[in-house]
Amino acid sequence: MAVGGIRVATASPRAGLTGRVRELFDREGVLGPLFVTPALIILLLLVAYPFAMALYFALSNAFIGRPSHLVGLRNFINLWDSDAFRQTFQNAFVFTGIAVAFKVVLGISLALLLNQQLWFKRMIRGAVLLPWVIPTALSTLGWWWMFNSLYSVVNWTGIALGIMDPPGPNWLGQKYYAMAAVVTVNVWRGLPFFAITILAGLVAIPKELYEAAEADGAGAVSRFWYVTLPLLKGVLAIVVLFSTIFTFSDFNIVYVLTHGGPINSTHLFATLARQIGLETGRIGEGAAISLYLFPVLVLVVWAQLRFVRKQAY
Amino acid sequence: MAGFGRRKFWWRIASHLLLIPFLVFALFPFYHMALTSLKTDRELYDRNAVPLLIRQGPTLEHYTKLLWETAFLTWTKNSLLITILATALSVVVGTLAAYALARLRFFGVSSFGTGIFVTYLVPTSLLFLPLAQVVNWLGLADSKWALVVTYPTFLVPFCTWLLLGYFRTVPKEIEECAMLDGCNRLQTLVRILLPVAVPGVICAALFAFTLSWNEFLYALVFVSPAELKTMTVGVISELIRGDIYYWGGLMAGACVGSLPIVIAYVFFLDYYVSGLTAGAVK
Repeated sequence: MAVGGIRVATASPRAGLTGRVRELFDREGVLGPLFVTPALIILLLLVAYPFAMALYFALSNAFIGRPSHLVGLRNFINLWDSDAFRQTFQNAFVFTGIAVAFKVVLGISLALLLNQQLWFKRMIRGAVLLPWVIPTALSTLGWWWMFNSLYSVVNWTGIALGIMDPPGPNWLGQKYYAMAAVVTVNVWRGLPFFAITILAGLVAIPKELYEAAEADGAGAVSRFWYVTLPLLKGVLAIVVLFSTIFTFSDFNIVYVLTHGGPINSTHLFATLARQIGLETGRIGEGAAISLYLFPVLVLVVWAQLRFVRKQAY
Repeated sequence: MAGFGRRKFWWRIASHLLLIPFLVFALFPFYHMALTSLKTDRELYDRNAVPLLIRQGPTLEHYTKLLWETAFLTWTKNSLLITILATALSVVVGTLAAYALARLRFFGVSSFGTGIFVTYLVPTSLLFLPLAQVVNWLGLADSKWALVVTYPTFLVPFCTWLLLGYFRTVPKEIEECAMLDGCNRLQTLVRILLPVAVPGVICAALFAFTLSWNEFLYALVFVSPAELKTMTVGVISELIRGDIYYWGGLMAGACVGSLPIVIAYVFFLDYYVSGLTAGAVK
């Protein structure tokens, strides 16, 4: 509110200015642009401009601390010659597809359970939401320890329950297990968002519809299929679109848990972009890798604006 | 009717039982982290010990080491400073922008609204490489200000979007009455709209605080000197040394580092729930 305070001071008549200045500032055509200016500066300088730079970098042979010139689409094309990139491209879709699918199914189940009559509603909700608010980098550190090759508590429990043969899988050292571990942590961290948002959607469904369906002889399953699910479509679409873009662009979990390994089998665009762009200094190539996130972003934004928020602006 | 009531009761029990796996999944990592941080090294690295319990007595050794023998407190101080500044900046800027979007008609307002919404969906990992260059040019590389300035890129759209939702639920008529009584627009914002929208402002501040406290990628890339790092990056990149991991200390760091969020969470749980749904659904 400090910014607003300063404006009042300059617009006040104490410096000999009359009420006309004050009136001017009260006009929508003046006050509106004034109020959005700070946000606009941030968006232009720190989002739009870097985006233009990303395009330039991606089309150039930029290297840290060296002058660069444009090379056209060479970065985008050269990337396909690299095993690491092809692997990353595949990983991104496998990771996002599996993680989002799990989050949808588990999220709906959890939301349905949370929507029942519960004794400790607030406490249970609080517990369910916790993974979502704790710093991901730190909680992933906890998972890293849980998947440790020597002291894995996951394996210890599995062996104790007779599900795994000792010593159990080396979670972060084997290709498919590492991907499973990364997906697990992503589902763990993203599930609360799905569950709580879907729960809000469930609460909004009028009770009368269920009563009517029940009166018509609909069982629990058909009530879910013909009443709940169709009315949940809007919320589900938003949640899935949101989650898709943020799962696709995930950095923290992979960086902490596997660093993209073993042999690039868990690299995502963000982690590979950092490695190529900063560790080896090939900024142009790194920017090109990051930009592979862009089509997904465009798709999600388009879908959101087109189908979900028809009346937004 | 009695049979119906009993069926309801059993269904209630069943719901609780079905929730148990979800709760274990959500909470076990935290339990295990806290447990590890309290164990003696001897028990931690004993391969015959039961990892789910503390048998050889708890110890605070890892915590004292973390606080006095590492730069953990410095990182925490950095994180707090950056988080508070970025949050304050973003809430103020977001409030002004949201007010303009919700109440004022002027040239370009709808494109601005779309711009805010699109930016809201831009993941940090899309632009971090060029943004590092911008930070360089602004002369802010390797300083806390790099983060204070860049965090608003995702906080401002979030706050604006959230507050816009809240502002829209407040009837315009209240402000129109105040304006007839001689209030100017700024006064109606500060004296009428904001007091009504306090839950929204708390919510925006809370989420901005959480998002900046938890931020990792920008903090990792824009700031390299160890003594300027934020807490999350400090714990991940400075406490892990070579091949020997000090698991007790790492888990102690993860626990203490999560503490401010847990405290905020305990006090403001309902705001978190409403902000989470409002951010996505409204």
